[in-house]
Amino acid sequence: MDTTETAAEAPGPAGVTARELTYAEALVEALEDLMKEDPDFLIIGSYVLGLGPLRVLFDRVRAAYPARVLDPPTAELAFCGFGIGAAMNGLHVMVDVGTASFVFQAFPQVVNEAANAIYMSGGRLALPVVFHLLHGLRAGGAAQHSHSPQAMLWNTPGLQIILPASPADVKGLLPSAVRSGSPTVFVDHSKLLPLRGAVPEHARPIPLGVADVKRRGRDVTVVATSFSVHQALVAAERLESEGIDVEVIDPRTIVPLDRRAILESVATTGRLVIVDETHRSCGVASEIAAIVGEEALDALRAPICRVTVPDVPVPFSPALESQLEPTPEKIAAAIRAQMTSRHSRRP
Amino acid sequence: MLPDLAPAELISLFRRMLLVRRWEERLIQLAAEGPSFGHYHVYIGQETIGVPALWALRSTDVVFPTHRNHGYLLGRGADPGRLLAEVLGKATGLNGGKGGTLHASAPELGIPHTSAIVGGVIPIAAGAALAARIKGRDQVSVAVFGDGAMEEGAAFETFNTAALWRVPVIFLCENNTRDALGAAAGGYPASIIAAADLCDIARSVGLPTAAVDGTDAGAVFAAMRQGAVRARGGDGPTFVEAVVSRWPGSSPLWPELPAGRTELRYAWAPQEAPERLALWYAERDGLLRYVRELLDASLATREELARIDSEVRAAVEQAVRFATDSAYPPADAAYDNVFASS
Repeated sequence: MDTTETAAEAPGPAGVTARELTYAEALVEALEDLMKEDPDFLIIGSYVLGLGPLRVLFDRVRAAYPARVLDPPTAELAFCGFGIGAAMNGLHVMVDVGTASFVFQAFPQVVNEAANAIYMSGGRLALPVVFHLLHGLRAGGAAQHSHSPQAMLWNTPGLQIILPASPADVKGLLPSAVRSGSPTVFVDHSKLLPLRGAVPEHARPIPLGVADVKRRGRDVTVVATSFSVHQALVAAERLESEGIDVEVIDPRTIVPLDRRAILESVATTGRLVIVDETHRSCGVASEIAAIVGEEALDALRAPICRVTVPDVPVPFSPALESQLEPTPEKIAAAIRAQMTSRHSRRP
Repeated sequence: MLPDLAPAELISLFRRMLLVRRWEERLIQLAAEGPSFGHYHVYIGQETIGVPALWALRSTDVVFPTHRNHGYLLGRGADPGRLLAEVLGKATGLNGGKGGTLHASAPELGIPHTSAIVGGVIPIAAGAALAARIKGRDQVSVAVFGDGAMEEGAAFETFNTAALWRVPVIFLCENNTRDALGAAAGGYPASIIAAADLCDIARSVGLPTAAVDGTDAGAVFAAMRQGAVRARGGDGPTFVEAVVSRWPGSSPLWPELPAGRTELRYAWAPQEAPERLALWYAERDGLLRYVRELLDASLATREELARIDSEVRAAVEQAVRFATDSAYPPADAAYDNVFASS
């Protein structure tokens, strides 16, 4: 599954050459660049790429910068707090929490210290700390290792939330998060790690709050985040043969959120499907639906549709986990329903 | 005993501790007069922990206190008027009114953050110490917390990690539970811990510990100085437990002045102290103990101390005028400072 349509050797703009990297390689490259360029950059955490075979890609960063890559004890609450304190005292820190579900062990520090600290200080503080999480349905993660806590975290003012979906995006967004001076939750999907895509050699950092149109289309807007972007792109591909032209918008960051990109696309298509791996109630899709409902109801020709993970814990059995997944089939069905909705209005 | 400091420093230390006492006595009066500024915690009876502890540090060191933070902010030299304005939620407050008493901070004075969550600052202070070590600074970080924080997992997790990484941090536990009523008896909550000795918890991960009488300014100063020397020498963290009795005005859920303002003369004329607090002033108040120690060492006369007192009280009145005359922040300010200013 390619993440972009750019070919491996395609020349980029103005002397920037593109190569193909996996998402995991791009992430490691971003960390390596930060280590190289910023002597104050610190990584706390051992398993940036999880426990799978890809984890060895990170070894070269660990080997090159042993004083700035620290392996903490299994103490998420403390080591997230260490990251916050280090960021309050002059370092730029990425704390790798590992599996996103483990962030619950550290909620007092992430949600009640980091998110509030700048505000409580009256803006007299900067807090350049990034919490790195691996979220999502990972095949066999079961109930305690499959969380997508970005929706809960979105209900916490003071945290930036980054959800890259491609190798180029992870490489471009990570330095922006680290340099932003504000606490940030950087959420990668475990299934993204092996995906390949073009990554410019010397790309500029990608600013936070700028959505990316992953596919242009006229008929239906699909807003998707993280791994769901790829599920949506597969669905869009299939629907092309049915004559449905799908636009896929990837917000890339939900805090800050590029509302304009979403509203402009909906203004053109008049139809909106939102795909996301957070649970249905109060999920990422709920908020985006509410924004469009409040701001662009007049543009809608069909009711907004959400393709999300149902409100049940994640089961272990592959037969059951796949049942909950926002698959290309479910997304395609939702898009078709948009086109034939009995509410569907013509302009 | 008096801290191992030059006479002039000992007088400055007294002045600062007295400022904390007078400022907070006035705060309790303001709270009683209204309008309410919410729940707050006072440091009365613990001045001989925080202020001598700060005196044992350098101005470049960083300190992370709790909701009981007034003594640290004033101790580090925060403007009494701006601190009071913060407590009242005024625009001129240290944090523009966003923090209040629970979260007042002064990054420019080496107090980057205070947390009102029990155990909240323990890992944060240790993280600041980690940064100091990585940046090669000769800097110590201090986590200040109460005995109740020893009930929290954050304490053990941090002691373990800080011990492993040998970061230059001092864990200063202000144990003010001696004689506390406790929640079960309808009083202010007191810690409920199975360990007979709080230091045992820190010792279990190999931290050096020192338990001192928190009314003994000299003992606190010496323990903190030793911790700082150890931290600067690369020998890692130290756990210091300073034990005091709860000030009777802090036993109820809302602070009170059970017998009016503290009079310095109670130090040398204990029979003049109100009966309710006679024992406390005679045996448990570190500030009056310090007064007696200054007088016994002939470092000041009663008249000199009284003069300092009137100067301090005048400064507090000026702070009250500044804070009460200050305006509340404009409504729009609620939306500022959610993220770092770019």
